[in-house]
Amino acid sequence: MLKFEHVSKKYKGGKIAVSNLNLEFKKGEFIVFIGPSGCGKTTTMKMINRLIEPTEGKIFINGEDIMEKDPVKLRREIGYVIQQIGLFPHMTIQENISLVLKLLKWPEEKRKKRAEELLSLVDMTPDYLERYPHELSGGQQQRIGVLRALAADQPLILMDEPFGALDPITRDALQDEFKNLQKKLDKTIVFVTHDMDEALKLADKIVILRDGQLVQCGTPEEILREPADEFVEEFIGKERLVQAKPNITTVEQIMNAHPVTITSDEQLSNAITVMKTNRVDSLLVIDKEGVLEGYIDVEAIDQNRKKAKSVADILNPDTFSVQKDALVRDTIRQILKKGLKYVPVVDEQKHLVGIVTRTSLVDIVYDSIWGDEELERAQ
Amino acid sequence: MDLISDLLTYFINNGSYVWEQFFRHFLMSAYGVLFAAIVGIPVGILIARYARLSSVVLSLANVIQTIPALAMLAVLMLVMGLGTNTVVFALFLYSLLPIIKNTYTGIRNVDHTLIESGKAMGMTKWQILRMVEIPLSLSVIMAGLRTALVITIGIATIGTFIGAGGLGDIIMRGTNAQDGTAIILAGAIPTALMAVIADVIMGWLERSLMPVKKKKQGRNTQEEATA
Repeated sequence: MLKFEHVSKKYKGGKIAVSNLNLEFKKGEFIVFIGPSGCGKTTTMKMINRLIEPTEGKIFINGEDIMEKDPVKLRREIGYVIQQIGLFPHMTIQENISLVLKLLKWPEEKRKKRAEELLSLVDMTPDYLERYPHELSGGQQQRIGVLRALAADQPLILMDEPFGALDPITRDALQDEFKNLQKKLDKTIVFVTHDMDEALKLADKIVILRDGQLVQCGTPEEILREPADEFVEEFIGKERLVQAKPNITTVEQIMNAHPVTITSDEQLSNAITVMKTNRVDSLLVIDKEGVLEGYIDVEAIDQNRKKAKSVADILNPDTFSVQKDALVRDTIRQILKKGLKYVPVVDEQKHLVGIVTRTSLVDIVYDSIWGDEELERAQ
Repeated sequence: MDLISDLLTYFINNGSYVWEQFFRHFLMSAYGVLFAAIVGIPVGILIARYARLSSVVLSLANVIQTIPALAMLAVLMLVMGLGTNTVVFALFLYSLLPIIKNTYTGIRNVDHTLIESGKAMGMTKWQILRMVEIPLSLSVIMAGLRTALVITIGIATIGTFIGAGGLGDIIMRGTNAQDGTAIILAGAIPTALMAVIADVIMGWLERSLMPVKKKKQGRNTQEEATA
């Protein structure tokens, strides 16, 4: 959908705003450009609709080189929302919303209908249509600003810190509203911000820039899990990395590496002895190589005591297990959803490497409540 | 008391003459401003676009403004001869500065984010001018026309020296006549009145062309009602 190829922007006087940017995004992605001020994020965004023209490199939208298109026509196909909102004070809300449609020469009747339709997207009544921007609150004005960018059903929308000037409560509400809207309408969004919380909340892909250079590009999870360098770490902030820990740690980090096991050729009586000495009610069954085969529990032993001799006879092979690099978050969800007591952890060759029990969950909860204090004490 | 009754008598006896001069006077001023607007507004827009031109053009207009009216008329008379046209041309020159300056200021003061907004939405340069810049600077441009009109109404009185007529004629008669105070006033009062009325009407026009009617630039001033 959107592709940057070796894009650079050099200003007169030699200041390099953006250098050699290579990026590619899919349709429907919510892309957030983030970085400290002066990192070139706004410049990069403005190059997409040619408000600023790249000095080198090419930008493609749906395979078309934007430099070969008429800039006016190009801009009418791209929505644009800015921090200062930029509603025209001498036009009514309706005129503001349907301005692009007017430029595209839609008939008056259709423009009005479209404006009403759009207003209903943000739960505003049609009587706002005849009002002027200054009669609206900041949050409402920016809603109109967003609608204006949606009016002609543009597939791509550029947003330059659109919620930056709003108070935190309004900002939060608008972020939620807008994220829903974006999913519903399947728009590709390029969003510029310097607020990491906003980026983590909204983005499908985060692009971190510094001094015009790409530092890291990835999903919020990837960036939290593996910050590319110290700069990214610092930019994300220690606090957020700690908070994000349960979301990004893998089961390998929290599992009990010494599960109680038994091999399938053992006698049942041995199994009971193992259970008794370890004080557990079930055993994970492995073969000689350590590959997980299933489990047995005390109930099964009790029921089949008379008939069965070896562990293999009563082995239940239907075991849910997770890979050792699975996310704790997902694993916890499975445990809670399926009502499991434990989950064996295996590596790529299905070798048993550990176990996550409900006790492990207690550890996580403990960490998230008191972990910060320990971290502070450690520092 | 004598003066007032003299004045009234003059108006009663010469009503149609005074009215004729009043009208003539107004037309001279109006034409001067009109032509200046036709030239000055585009020039103002142009120098707002090309900032380097602005200092040259504005200082030129400033120089014109400093030439004494009588001297200006005398010089123009040498070139253009006697008559109304010369006066209208002088008034045109005097109107240029306020009109160019206000147009320039008006266009320059349009919020830059609005222009960028318009551009990013796919407006052509002409559309930005017509749909954004001019509507938003119209009241400032009108203020320029208002100043120009008031100035020219004043200056038009000396048009009488080169035979252009107008209310200045009546004032001149008064100065030449013995005991002509009433006649002088008969010329001066309508002139002042015309200037005041023009100012009031143009002021009203200016206000009605304000882009934002109420004086509340409401960004972030109201509480969020439907968060």
